[in-house]
Amino acid sequence: MDLLAHLPALQVIVPMLSAPLIVLLQPRGLAWAGATAVALLSFAIAVSLTLAVLDGQTIEYAMGGWPAPYGIALSVDAFSALMLLVVTGASTAALLAAKPSIDKQIELGRQPLFYSAWLLVLSGLVGIVVAADAFNIFVFMEISSLASYILIAGGPDRRALPAVFKYLIMGTIGATFYLIGVGLIYMMTGTLNLADMEARIGDVVEINPVLVAAGFITIGLALKAAVFPLHVWVPNAYTHAPHMVTVFLAACATKVSLYVLIRFDYMVFQSKLVDHDMQFAMFAMPLAILGILVASAVAMFEGHLKRLLASSSVAQIGYILLGASLVSVIGLSASATHLFNHALAKGGLFLAVACLAYQYKDLRLDQLGGASTRMPWTCAAFVVCGLSLIGVPGTAGFISKWLLINAALQSGPWGWGLVAIILISSLMAVVYIWRIVEALYFNDPVEDDVLTSSEAPLQLLLITGLVAILNIYFGIFPQVPLELANSAAALLMEGAK
Amino acid sequence: MEFEMLSPALILLIASVLIGLVKGHARTAVILLAPLMTLWAIWQVPDGVQTTVKFLSYYIEPVEGSPLRRLFATVFAIMVFVGGLYAFRIAKWYELAAAFAYAAGAIGVCFAGDLITMFLYWELMAIFSTIVVWCGGTPAARAAGIRYAIMHLLGGVILKVGIEGVVVGTGSIQIQPMLATDFATWMILIGILINAAAPFVSSWLSDAYPESSPTGSVFLSAFTTKTAVLALILLFPGESVLIGLGLFMVMYGIIYALLENDVRRILAYSIVNQVGFMVVAVGIGTEMALNGAAAHAFAHIVYKALLFMSAGVVIYRTGKNKCIELGGLFRTMPITCVCGIIGALAISSFPLTSGFTTKSMISQAAVDMNLMWVYMGLTAASAGVFLHAGIKFPWFVFFQKDSGLRPKDAPWNMSVAMIIFASICILLGVFPELLYGLLPYPVNYQPYSIGKVLFYLQLLLFSGLAFFVLLPMMKRTMTISLDTDWLWRRAAYSLLQIVERALGTISAMLSIQKKRIQNLLQAMAVRYLGQPHTADSKERSIFARSWTVGTTALWIAGLLSAYVLLYYL
Repeated sequence: MDLLAHLPALQVIVPMLSAPLIVLLQPRGLAWAGATAVALLSFAIAVSLTLAVLDGQTIEYAMGGWPAPYGIALSVDAFSALMLLVVTGASTAALLAAKPSIDKQIELGRQPLFYSAWLLVLSGLVGIVVAADAFNIFVFMEISSLASYILIAGGPDRRALPAVFKYLIMGTIGATFYLIGVGLIYMMTGTLNLADMEARIGDVVEINPVLVAAGFITIGLALKAAVFPLHVWVPNAYTHAPHMVTVFLAACATKVSLYVLIRFDYMVFQSKLVDHDMQFAMFAMPLAILGILVASAVAMFEGHLKRLLASSSVAQIGYILLGASLVSVIGLSASATHLFNHALAKGGLFLAVACLAYQYKDLRLDQLGGASTRMPWTCAAFVVCGLSLIGVPGTAGFISKWLLINAALQSGPWGWGLVAIILISSLMAVVYIWRIVEALYFNDPVEDDVLTSSEAPLQLLLITGLVAILNIYFGIFPQVPLELANSAAALLMEGAK
Repeated sequence: MEFEMLSPALILLIASVLIGLVKGHARTAVILLAPLMTLWAIWQVPDGVQTTVKFLSYYIEPVEGSPLRRLFATVFAIMVFVGGLYAFRIAKWYELAAAFAYAAGAIGVCFAGDLITMFLYWELMAIFSTIVVWCGGTPAARAAGIRYAIMHLLGGVILKVGIEGVVVGTGSIQIQPMLATDFATWMILIGILINAAAPFVSSWLSDAYPESSPTGSVFLSAFTTKTAVLALILLFPGESVLIGLGLFMVMYGIIYALLENDVRRILAYSIVNQVGFMVVAVGIGTEMALNGAAAHAFAHIVYKALLFMSAGVVIYRTGKNKCIELGGLFRTMPITCVCGIIGALAISSFPLTSGFTTKSMISQAAVDMNLMWVYMGLTAASAGVFLHAGIKFPWFVFFQKDSGLRPKDAPWNMSVAMIIFASICILLGVFPELLYGLLPYPVNYQPYSIGKVLFYLQLLLFSGLAFFVLLPMMKRTMTISLDTDWLWRRAAYSLLQIVERALGTISAMLSIQKKRIQNLLQAMAVRYLGQPHTADSKERSIFARSWTVGTTALWIAGLLSAYVLLYYL
């Protein structure tokens, strides 16, 4: 049996079927070990899928042997491979580091349930990525959303409950909008399979239902992707979630929705609606720009570490959307690269936050004085990831900012304006990262206790350091994500024709 | 990976990490050996592009050799060695580690064959030089470091835009001579000029360098401005804008150095002045002028570091840095004094010092091109340099009145470092061929003609005379108090007053408006964005708040309609 052929299915099924089994692992620590093992396995699957995709294959899989338009189809191309790496990588890194932090935040008895929900989120997210039909994307979206509500509310912070309620309402609106859009498309084309839809939508005579469907799908997914001004659920949800959950979700959850949004728009609507590229650009670009500027400005003034980084995430989603809204190969490739690089940078930052949270109860900036003496390694990792977020040369962030500026310059007369916006927001990022660095390195400690080195547990610290090093590694050797992003962009633009 | 592919800069980068990892004698060994290894590696780089690496979609050239690049890299490596020798006993390990990484950036720029590599190392320099400034350890150093960082980040951003513009416009990432003709090339020029401390942004230099530690300022004095000069030579030779800018820098440096009281700030202003000479030379752009710029950069790094070293020893031993508080130190600090004087003579281009054999090349280049007013400006400036750096610095620190201070002379390592640099100053003055042989173009220039030597001696003697004639007046002012150094400004006073009055009216008008605008902006920021350190319990400002579900629903409805309507536009 050729295992490779079945990998797309295994990618989803392994975490999904392990989730209920994890609940049974009651003895201390076993649930964590099980979940981590499953995450590692998923990551390995994602890596081998990526290797296959890098060879130039697109891997199609028909569940149960039923061929594509009738059965459930899965497919993995360059874009999905990149996304799979991000999702499984984030989940694996977070789980590997998670134990000390989770032990502190979640009581032992509930841990198996917690890890089981984690795996459900994982399987939902990878399901969205590999699913080749619109309805299954919806199903996986619900799986991942429902499970992530549990994760966010699972911590000791009671403020997570109202936050998660708001997230639930908005997530449901988003999913419903998406479903309405898919329903309209199904009505017009009679198919749910994306590839089939792309083929059949050319025959549709009546434009209006398709247009409205595009509207519903775009808005619904934008809501889930936290595109400004539909981002309001993000700061509270990220801030009050258990720290490790924030690492996981901030690195990949909203990006998966953005992935579907970009894919749907380019594969299905661009080819049908006349001048849709203009419409998409005119709709998405102002939102992206506003998101970048406003969210960065809010982050500059924010006083709570996690909330600050959450605001910055909204701005970064803006970058990804901006690249996509240029409707060019290089723009899309910048988007996809930034998807990957931002996951690295923000994942690393939130990991460092989890380390800090191990010693500091209150994560407001003015409470973090003296952290650099207490936790030198954590702070160093934080600075490296922060530099990457800003886009300093030699870090991963530089690559995507460079591509984005390049794409903006090539986008025509408005290019210089976009470049100015990207640069201004980079300087804003300098300001908000600087405020954190200032708190960590220069402020006096609030309590006058003795400042001895009391680092976070080794397990947590090692992974944080590793992610920081990866930020530098992918800044110097960006080939793999870049190659994936380039072929993804080429694929999407081809779909748009 | 083959050995030739690697930039010599990597040795220093590794050394910088090692300095953090090892302790004691091993650390000393790293500090002293790594620069020598770098120096060796620099001379192993043959001419031409050594290697190309694919990065993004470009073929970058991390290592490209040429006589000019090697010359700058050589003096940087010597600088790291002597600076390390000078600093290793008193500087903190993280200051040295940052200084080494900073130097690695400078050497990386020297060998960068393309704009992208250059930019990578450029930013490396910016980051680690900021850390060196912070290592001053005082609140003033911290504040100056922030201002320094902002200026360099801005410069980096401008440079990046320029580079991307050129890359997109021409499709080439090669470092090749260009002229500032369009937006992108102007951006590159401005980005480089910010590092060269060109007019209107030069205050970062005199602001930050004096606040760093005595050892830190030695390193800072060498790299940033001189890599900018190298970049100008490589990218903008013959760009005539630079002549005017350079002359402005020359004059600016002199006037402010004369007005200054802080020892290291005098030296910092004189960096601006000396870099001005080089910028003028790049602007002239002939082979002679570019030779002059390169040679002068080499000589300047050595004597300026020497001056900063002797100033550093004084500050280290006495803890004082104002001219007024010092004086008479020659009694107990003979080595520091002699080395300081040699540095001072070199910077004033006294015959038989390196300053004479290099700076006169630039003047000669101006003459050759019939740029009389440039020549006059440079000559007048030479007299001014002697006044502020050549006499003022050693006189007030080591002679004048007896301040009563009896500090010990420099520790052995600092003495050795200073003696090495002082010898180089003399050596290049007596045997200029040593340096001329390394220059990018063949040198057909004889510095020691009788006419020239006599001319310079007269110039120096008369400006020296002027200094001592004015001295009684200066002495009186010093007895008044530390901060009322207003008499110092007598010479420039009337001129400044006119300018000040004109500026004063404008700034008064602006400040009223500024207050109003500031208040308005602040109120808006608080209302929409929030204040730093908002407590969790307080209601956040409009954009930072978590809006109600209803508000979001309205947005959703609005966006959906907008989406559909946009299609019909």
